[in-house]
Amino acid sequence: MREHPSLARRLVRPALLPLLALLAGCERAVLNPAGDVALQQRNLIYASTGLMLLIIVPVLVLIVLFAWHYRKGNETATYDPHFDHSTSLELVIWSAPLLIIIALGALTWSSTHLLDPFRPLGRVSADKPIDPKAKPLQVQVVALDWKWLFIYPEQGIATVNELVLPVDRQVRFDITSTNMMNTFYAPTMAGMVYAMPGMQSTLHAVLNQPGTFKGMSANYSGAGFSDMRFGLHGVTPADFDAWVARTRAAGRPLATATYLKLEVPSEKVPVMRFASVSPDLFDRVVNRCVRPGTPCMRDVMAHDAAAGGGDPHATQAGAGMPGRHSAQPPGGAKPKGALFKDESEIAPAPNITKPRQPGAPGATKPASPENRNMSFLLPTVPGQTARTGRG
Amino acid sequence: MLSDSLLKTIFGRLSFESFPIHEPILLVTFIGVMVGGVGVVALITKFRLWGWLWRDWFTSVDHKKIGIMYMILGFIMLLRGFADALMMRTQQAIAFGGNPGYLPPHHYDQVFTAHGTIMIFFVAIPFVVGLINYVMPLQIGARDVAFPYLNNLSFWLTVAGAALVMVSLFVGEFSRAGWLNYVPVSNLQNSPDTGPDYYLWALQIAGVGTTLSAINMVTTIIKMRAPGMTMMKMPIFTWTALCSNVLAVAIFPILTAAFAMLMLDRYVGTDFFTNDLGGNAMMYWNLVWIWGHPEVYVLVLPTFGIFSEITSTFSGKRLFGYSSMVYATVVITILAFLVWLHHFFTMGSGASVNSFFGIATMVISIPTGAKIFNWLFTMYRGQIRFELPMMWVVAFLITFTVGGMTGVLLAVPPADFVLHNSLFLVAHFHNVIIGGVLFGLFAGVQYWFPKAFGFRLDPFWGKVNFWGWVIGYWVAWTPIYIVGLMGTTRRMNHFDDPTLQPWFVIAAIGAAIIAVGIAAFLIQIAVSIKNRDKLRVDGDPWDGRTLEWATTSPPPAYNFAFTPVVHELDAWYDMKDKKAQAPKDGFRAIHMPRNTGVGVIVSALALVLGFAMVWYIWWLAAISFAGLIAVSIGHTFNYDRDYYIPAEDVTRTERGLPAAAGA
Amino acid sequence: MTRDATTAENAELTYYETGEDHVHAGGSTMLGFWIYLMSDALIFATLFATYGVLSTSYAGGPAPRQLFELPLVALNTAMLLISSITYGMASIAMDENRVGATRGWLAVTALFGLAFLSIELYEFGNLIREGATPQASAFLSAFFTLVATHGLHVSFGLIWIAVMLVQIGKRGLNEDNKRRLMCLGMFWHLLDVVWIGVFTFVYLLGVLR
Repeated sequence: MREHPSLARRLVRPALLPLLALLAGCERAVLNPAGDVALQQRNLIYASTGLMLLIIVPVLVLIVLFAWHYRKGNETATYDPHFDHSTSLELVIWSAPLLIIIALGALTWSSTHLLDPFRPLGRVSADKPIDPKAKPLQVQVVALDWKWLFIYPEQGIATVNELVLPVDRQVRFDITSTNMMNTFYAPTMAGMVYAMPGMQSTLHAVLNQPGTFKGMSANYSGAGFSDMRFGLHGVTPADFDAWVARTRAAGRPLATATYLKLEVPSEKVPVMRFASVSPDLFDRVVNRCVRPGTPCMRDVMAHDAAAGGGDPHATQAGAGMPGRHSAQPPGGAKPKGALFKDESEIAPAPNITKPRQPGAPGATKPASPENRNMSFLLPTVPGQTARTGRG
Repeated sequence: MLSDSLLKTIFGRLSFESFPIHEPILLVTFIGVMVGGVGVVALITKFRLWGWLWRDWFTSVDHKKIGIMYMILGFIMLLRGFADALMMRTQQAIAFGGNPGYLPPHHYDQVFTAHGTIMIFFVAIPFVVGLINYVMPLQIGARDVAFPYLNNLSFWLTVAGAALVMVSLFVGEFSRAGWLNYVPVSNLQNSPDTGPDYYLWALQIAGVGTTLSAINMVTTIIKMRAPGMTMMKMPIFTWTALCSNVLAVAIFPILTAAFAMLMLDRYVGTDFFTNDLGGNAMMYWNLVWIWGHPEVYVLVLPTFGIFSEITSTFSGKRLFGYSSMVYATVVITILAFLVWLHHFFTMGSGASVNSFFGIATMVISIPTGAKIFNWLFTMYRGQIRFELPMMWVVAFLITFTVGGMTGVLLAVPPADFVLHNSLFLVAHFHNVIIGGVLFGLFAGVQYWFPKAFGFRLDPFWGKVNFWGWVIGYWVAWTPIYIVGLMGTTRRMNHFDDPTLQPWFVIAAIGAAIIAVGIAAFLIQIAVSIKNRDKLRVDGDPWDGRTLEWATTSPPPAYNFAFTPVVHELDAWYDMKDKKAQAPKDGFRAIHMPRNTGVGVIVSALALVLGFAMVWYIWWLAAISFAGLIAVSIGHTFNYDRDYYIPAEDVTRTERGLPAAAGA
Repeated sequence: MTRDATTAENAELTYYETGEDHVHAGGSTMLGFWIYLMSDALIFATLFATYGVLSTSYAGGPAPRQLFELPLVALNTAMLLISSITYGMASIAMDENRVGATRGWLAVTALFGLAFLSIELYEFGNLIREGATPQASAFLSAFFTLVATHGLHVSFGLIWIAVMLVQIGKRGLNEDNKRRLMCLGMFWHLLDVVWIGVFTFVYLLGVLR
């Protein structure tokens, strides 16, 4: 089952369709979490909604009541055109929402700190405290255009668009992005955190139920965004180890060259598995120096912090730094500002807004080179898409 | 190659390929707009209306005419923005499982970007500014705004911005980077096309207009109130207009600066928001949201004012808790600046920062809640006449209360961690913008239309419009709330999960119901114009309480023959109460500003400048910029900017006789 | 302000002004222009904040103390400060209705403003020749944008002075022109205030860091 989750799902789905349609209302992510963090977040939604309903419901009832009772046609209603001030009523009007907000504010302050994504978890689940000696599983998340790369540094493996986690074990996600701003979002597990280029964000989470769930980018990041999804699989620890072993045995290595190919924008990318990965790959992605010869942001920043700056006559990135001369900024040369382009450099701007061609190749086919047709980073270059390897 | 280089010098990156001749949706729209446009032009020419339009409307510095023109602009752009909404709803209703829908991402992304941009910048802002323009000077007993020429210029700059957005529909492409043109998507590297440039130039041009208009309104309210109208005797709508415009003056420069930096990134190659060389994309998010959150209050505060006026008028009571209403408005104005970070709790600012901004956001709900209670107790012991404006108030109270609740829920950071960027969020802000701003604007239009034109709007079609919007709103957005709670995210071109489809189909039906409401509004206007003699009203059709009802409907060019003197909060109600009559003779000549075409010319040049910059046509940009400066300087050499309406003309107008000379 | 005729029951209260119409022209201009200046100050505030965020992002490129020549900047500051004083002299002359002196001091102000701009352009030219272009790093982008925005304001101020010189020549010191000179004065002095901020936070702090 787990080896071919997408295939299995595709086979099973039609059979389950009617059933799922019936369950659509209650069988869904945010309100039916599988992880303890999401569960607490869900409970918080319930609690704050309940608190607010304390005042919202009376207000809604009063609106309808007053509007109906004091209509002009109602002869029995009192008409008092001079009732326009009442200090005691004003006091109630201001203090009632104030009290609710004080309560909600207290709840907010404590829950925000308790569920801070940077903070290691305090418990595995409601009835299971965390083992202080157990190290959290580390997963490094890279948002590429437009797919997710997951690196398991301790296991030395990596996957694309597939996240497998052992249940009841704390996971620490380190999250970054290569180009666009994305959000790493696993609604059943722990909400979302931004994935930003040149930045590292962190999320602590745990999955308590085995099963297959969905993850995605929640922050619009360009043409391929809608298909930037990943499968989230909760498995038993034993199954997890077996999966790691299988991946190590079956996959191909994620070498720098492969990564650089993977980095090129592509859409609807199928699941890939890599048997080995360089331990500092994530670090180099964060520091934007995967491409050999590119100065790492960390070094540049240390250099800047020392306010050295080097030779003011050579001002390219990395200039004045030991061993890193005239390196291009990562991701290729920076485009020139429009005003500095001469005529030959001005690219015409055609309108490429086209209707969807029925049956156009690749329109829905995973990993077809034609998918690039809809994106805008590079013109279509057949063969440049990320068909680097299948697990 | 030489000719290629020459062509590029002349046309920049504009070429035949820049026109969307291969996209039937755009082509049909284009043909429709062209046929309609040619028809309108032909009709105007046939009835020889060009001179009238130019003299009496385009060049007018009369705040009332400018207000009406703002409203027309807002409504035209509403049709465009709503067409985008229908396209999105249709796409999302069919694009499930293997079905890619009918809009590829490249098109769909432009549609949702255009929808948001247009609805906020070219629908909500013109509507709000237009209503303030029309009503506020009348409410404070003024003859015009402080800077009438500037007012005309502000309007035409807004038109120029809107026109540039509309041009992008047929020449080149619009931005695909979301309604705030987010980096890194809109960086030069990621979007080298014309889209973000259209966005930036359109919004910079319109933004200058909005800033100037806000400066104008603040000055007007502070300086030009009728004698006796102290701050605490100002009508509540004027108070909200003041706070809204103070906010606008304080935030639009920030947006202008942020957009200018993005422009520099794109045109000069600087590194403000780039991923490399020290740029910082998150700074853009911070800057646009420091503008973005107060902007919500720029829009919603005036509609709070509209609801206050209407509730008080139609309940036949003074507004309950006037001073607490004023304080609530001022508190909201200040707090509006302390909450922007709640738009990106999930960026990882840390628990303490997130809590601070979350709690600050919740605190805003206290004055807002107080306002709701104040409306409630204005109705209490009143005699409520359920005319159309009052129906909108009740619909608003119910809808907006729910929207406020979901807003506070989103302000709880851990809850936001699961709901951020989901359709729940989208449903929330449509809940408050439609339920708060749009309902308020419709209420205001129904309320003040008789003042502006001298006849009421047809009540039957008004009710169809009302129920279309209210029912349509709830049918369209309840399912979106639900799918949001299921973890469905926003800006999706298509969905994997077919079980979601029924919800989106319901939402599309809701949008269709809203379409009926919008159509009903158009019919309402047409029917009312046809039956205007039956619907004719005098100066005070609703038994109003504030000074705008003290003059005739429609008011004369000079608003008040004698400037009213204010003693009480509801000045006109007070006058009626004390049976104060305006003098019937002894009219004097009235000093008024003269019309000018400079605003139209400057804005037209700004439009050309924007277009030339978008397409890299440098020579045209240089010429239009030089022209813009020259015309502006030339305008300062005109010292003859005002005239007197002679006393006999005022007398004729006041006695209902045809005026001898046009004003 | 006459509030005589009224037909109200309460004879003490008047409800309409029946006196001479007030000519409002220009009455609100100073306040309006003041609000405009505040909005302009906010643009500078945003650029200052941006500079604050990016001021150490040299991207491995040159840092302030390698770039800034304080003596030159000090000279530049002096030019602008003196121009503010000379504008003050123009204002005094205007108050005394001395057309010739007003124009003279305005011309002197323009000369100092022009000197300021020339020195600034010379400084920019040097930086760009050394390779420290606005494209080189975020710090330089923020630096050039902040300083050049100020410079652009000074340029517009110069154009405005030129226009005023012509207008005073044509119509003398009438009410309109006096009001415009007051606005121009506020504008010119605000640019001074902004420059003091630039000098302190960008140049002095930059070199000290």
